[in-house]
Amino acid sequence: MTSDTQHSETGLATTALQTKLAVAMLPIAGRGKKRSQAGNLLRHAALIAICALAILPFLWMLSTSLKSLDATLEFPPRWVPDPIQWHNYLDVFRHEKANFLLWARNTLVIAVLGVAGTTLSSALVAYGFAKLRFFGRGPLFALMLATMMLPFPVTMVSLFSLFRWLGDNSGMAWLGTFKPLWVPAWFGSAFNIFLLRQFFLTIPMELSEAARIDGCSEMGIFCRIILPLSRPALAVVALFAFMGIWNDFLGPLVYLQRPEQFTLALGLQNFQSKAGGTSWHLLMAASTLVVLPAILLFFLAQKTFIEGIATTGTKG
Amino acid sequence: MTKFRHEAWALVRGLAFLSPWLTGFLVFTVVPVCLSLYYSFCDYSLLQPPLFKGLANYRMLWHDPVFRKVLGNTVVYGLLALPLGMLAALGVAMLLNSKIRGVSIYRTIVFLPSLVPAVASAMLWLWLFNSKLGLINTTLNALGVANPPGWLSDVRWAMPALVLMSFWGIGNSVVIYLAGLQDVPRELYEAAEIDGASSLRQVWHVTLPSISPVIFFNLIMGIIGTLQVFATPFIMTGGGPARSTYFFTMYLYDNAFTYLKMGYASAIAWIQLLMVLALTALAAWSSKRWVHYQGR
Repeated sequence: MTSDTQHSETGLATTALQTKLAVAMLPIAGRGKKRSQAGNLLRHAALIAICALAILPFLWMLSTSLKSLDATLEFPPRWVPDPIQWHNYLDVFRHEKANFLLWARNTLVIAVLGVAGTTLSSALVAYGFAKLRFFGRGPLFALMLATMMLPFPVTMVSLFSLFRWLGDNSGMAWLGTFKPLWVPAWFGSAFNIFLLRQFFLTIPMELSEAARIDGCSEMGIFCRIILPLSRPALAVVALFAFMGIWNDFLGPLVYLQRPEQFTLALGLQNFQSKAGGTSWHLLMAASTLVVLPAILLFFLAQKTFIEGIATTGTKG
Repeated sequence: MTKFRHEAWALVRGLAFLSPWLTGFLVFTVVPVCLSLYYSFCDYSLLQPPLFKGLANYRMLWHDPVFRKVLGNTVVYGLLALPLGMLAALGVAMLLNSKIRGVSIYRTIVFLPSLVPAVASAMLWLWLFNSKLGLINTTLNALGVANPPGWLSDVRWAMPALVLMSFWGIGNSVVIYLAGLQDVPRELYEAAEIDGASSLRQVWHVTLPSISPVIFFNLIMGIIGTLQVFATPFIMTGGGPARSTYFFTMYLYDNAFTYLKMGYASAIAWIQLLMVLALTALAAWSSKRWVHYQGR
């Protein structure tokens, strides 16, 4: 579905790992077997090599982003730029072919609306699947799971014409606005519903029963008991929805037309095709600016991940 | 009668809670999927209303050399990137599943590249692969390779370059495998050890069967993901040189939004949908032979 706007090529895999992610990020040592000293040394060597391959591109990006144009053309290239040119980052903001501040603002507007929408609506639907018994619940749940397999490109063309039709018939424009990128999020997204349902199932039924005896309505139970108890899971959903919107390229590419409306991802690509050419130092500075928030958020929210999964783990 | 009324009330209440998803499913999934089926039988340029043409689009696709090319490219990319990537991810996950010092730091670092937005990683790798100034070729030069490949500008090397690059992002699947590995009961290893099984045999007889559901899951997601590869080649090569990195979803996008052949694009979209369904069914069927679910 488009609603979680995670339709980059890694989108499905990204969403799928969400529950598992925190488990693996837990700082507890693996439950693996005890090894010999020599074996451990080999392991360290292999892991250091792998980590070097993972991290060198980042360092290279950072290094290039601080170089002068001449230094990027140097052979052999230097890892530590000399002189360090911090103003590349300012140049990116001031560049005539780019408007990164506006693009960041656009991305944040879409992200706030999208994250709020998908978290609230997915929680509501997940409550229905987890805590209410009714005819047809099982098949509907299976149907919902099946929609996770549907790739965005399959519906891309007809969604585009649907939004065009809506624009012609609803009295307000859809294409060329942010609406196609956040409105669908308010109708729940299959993966988030699934994740929250799994979490809600771990909350004892007795709590709901007690509230029901006290005369609380289902909506009251949902708002006053389930939601407050599920903050960690809601945080996980919100976090990943945010990442999905931050990373999304195909959605904005299809629906947004004017540069003033671009998101950061689309803007960065536009910047590269219009002004990139050979100014690798500016391009790398711009890329760093797009990557940094995602990485910062990950480090800031590591605790959220861990808490969320730890709670699921102990209650499950 | 009261039981019936009770059931009916429960149904209404349940559907009320489900209503956001039910509405969204109808409007943003069922309608578009049906519409695109209809469009796929039409000539539709967006500017004029769709004109029914029967199977014409599918017949054209059958004879379309570009469609064959993108299909071939997608399959080749999938056959290279998917198995190698899964193998590498599993290997790294096994390494990360040992009780050694600093393992959580290693885990974090291996995962970091997965956080990079596709557009930013495309920029970064464009620069790394740059045939004259890129880090890769300057390093190869320094190591004494006289004529390093032209990577993205070389017909023979553009595809391998994209495959190589895809390994940078295996952190996602590493994490999934790691979670799977941590669920393997210790007793199984202890039992195998008592039976005198070597480390290698333990991997084969204990680890792999135990995490086979995870492998299966990654396989399905990988196949579906391969069919959708878009942003990276779109930005880095635009499908070139000589269409050597022109993939399925790019052709779909170009037909829809560059050539405005919405009907033709819809036919491509439906073929994509059918392939996803068929591949998922195939993977599900084959999994019966090699996926072991615990406690079943």
